[in-house]
Amino acid sequence: MEATYNYKVVRQFAIMTVVWGIVGMLVGVILSAQLIWPALTEALGPLAPYLSYGRIRPLHTNAVIFAFGGCALFATSLFIVQRTCQVRLLSDALASFVFWGWQLIIVLAAVSLPLGVTTGKEYAELEWPIDLLITVVWVAYAVLFIGTVIIRKTQHIYVANWFFGAYIITIAILHLVNSAELPWILGGGVAWWKSYSAYAGVHDAMVQWWYGHNAVGFFLTTAFLGMMYYFVPKQAGRPIFSYRLSIVHFWALNFIYMWAGPHHLLYTALPDWAQSLGMVFSLMLIAPSWGGMMNGIMTLSGAWHKLRTDPILKFLITALSFYGMSTFEGPMMSVKTVNALSHYTEWTIGHVHSGALGWVAMISIGSLYYLIPRLFGREEMYSTRLINVHFWWSTIGVVLYIAALWIAGVAQGLMWRATNADGTLTYSFAQSVNAMYPFYTIRLIGGTMFFAGMLLMAYNVWKTVAAGKAVNDARIPQAVAA
Amino acid sequence: MDAGFIGSVMTVLSFLVFVAIVWWAFHKGNKQKFEDAAHLPFREDADEARKPD
Repeated sequence: MEATYNYKVVRQFAIMTVVWGIVGMLVGVILSAQLIWPALTEALGPLAPYLSYGRIRPLHTNAVIFAFGGCALFATSLFIVQRTCQVRLLSDALASFVFWGWQLIIVLAAVSLPLGVTTGKEYAELEWPIDLLITVVWVAYAVLFIGTVIIRKTQHIYVANWFFGAYIITIAILHLVNSAELPWILGGGVAWWKSYSAYAGVHDAMVQWWYGHNAVGFFLTTAFLGMMYYFVPKQAGRPIFSYRLSIVHFWALNFIYMWAGPHHLLYTALPDWAQSLGMVFSLMLIAPSWGGMMNGIMTLSGAWHKLRTDPILKFLITALSFYGMSTFEGPMMSVKTVNALSHYTEWTIGHVHSGALGWVAMISIGSLYYLIPRLFGREEMYSTRLINVHFWWSTIGVVLYIAALWIAGVAQGLMWRATNADGTLTYSFAQSVNAMYPFYTIRLIGGTMFFAGMLLMAYNVWKTVAAGKAVNDARIPQAVAA
Repeated sequence: MDAGFIGSVMTVLSFLVFVAIVWWAFHKGNKQKFEDAAHLPFREDADEARKPD
């Protein structure tokens, strides 16, 4: 029997990435409209509570990070590990279990969050029964991925797999520590699903943001860098600019990222030394972040002309540019004096979306445009022109979004801190809210453009799938495997 | 031996490990090995071109 790769699980996750991307971003668009028209969903009568801002905000973050981003990472990591280890996945059954398990978790989140079932911990809102399920599925994924690396046919482990490996192990640790909680039914509570965190007070805050920042660091950065280290060289048709730099990039990120969490808690009850530590480590992060960005972009050196004609490459390289921008902005915002202005303002939301839309979503979209034709036995996507249109809608959308929130955030921060000669506040809080309207409107336009781009993508994917034939098993080149 | 001392030792050790990693990555003897590794994503393609499905 001929040796083959398991493309089925990659294909399943790739398609669901597009689906969940549309769902998650649609919820985002609704939320940004609610900020302009707070009574928007009240007309829905009995349905209104389930669509209130406080309930669908975690739905949006969970959907785009763990459903859209998560499916993109499962698809690409399971594709890359097979192609670069030149061996089929450890187990097809385990692969199916990971796919269906993760989809079940997403559906449970989509039901429980609008019902108001939440732990209240940001990016870790899901309650204890779902937390247990996440643990089981994640361990299965770890066994599947690491097991495939162990049975590899190549001598060396390609750098992308190192990044995915670090992401899988770190997310497991983060999830287990931060989600330590007591189901309240054990304490005599009535609601069986309710739990309380094992931590209290400032410890809870520190554990939460150690988790929160490393979810950004290892889920939204390290893992997507793994994607970058495979798809940028492949699409550019040349190996990574410097493989040695990629090794230093990997270890520098791992050594530094863990300690940056306290920058979410500047000027709080957290001890001052911990705040300063968080700030210093955040500043140090510029070095590996920019090293990695340059490594990706310089891969094109000598082939810059490809950027003019290849919209997939445009997605990948623009994603790296946004990665560079947001990893400069982040350390800057963690400086205490800058944070005194930026904290709790819209600037933070702008920063997050420069990373989430500009970096995470665009690198995923670029990678999917590379991946999907191959999973359906096609040479390329149905329409390259539509990819180009998608690229420009996304790029203009992100720029509108983040520029609007930069201005909004700085205006908000300045209004909050403005005082009169006698020490009273110059502006009431409502005045600062009122000043946000024009910027919220620009943000809604930018966000809607990005969302519309995803619809274009869905159409393009649909036509590609319709013209192709699903590939379940792809042949492994024999000469290489030997 | 308080927590502060252990923390300092760990910081110094981590730094030394990192320096060793950088040395290893840029050591002349490893140059060829890493260049081969960088070509891993492409080896399959060269082969596929010779032996299409």
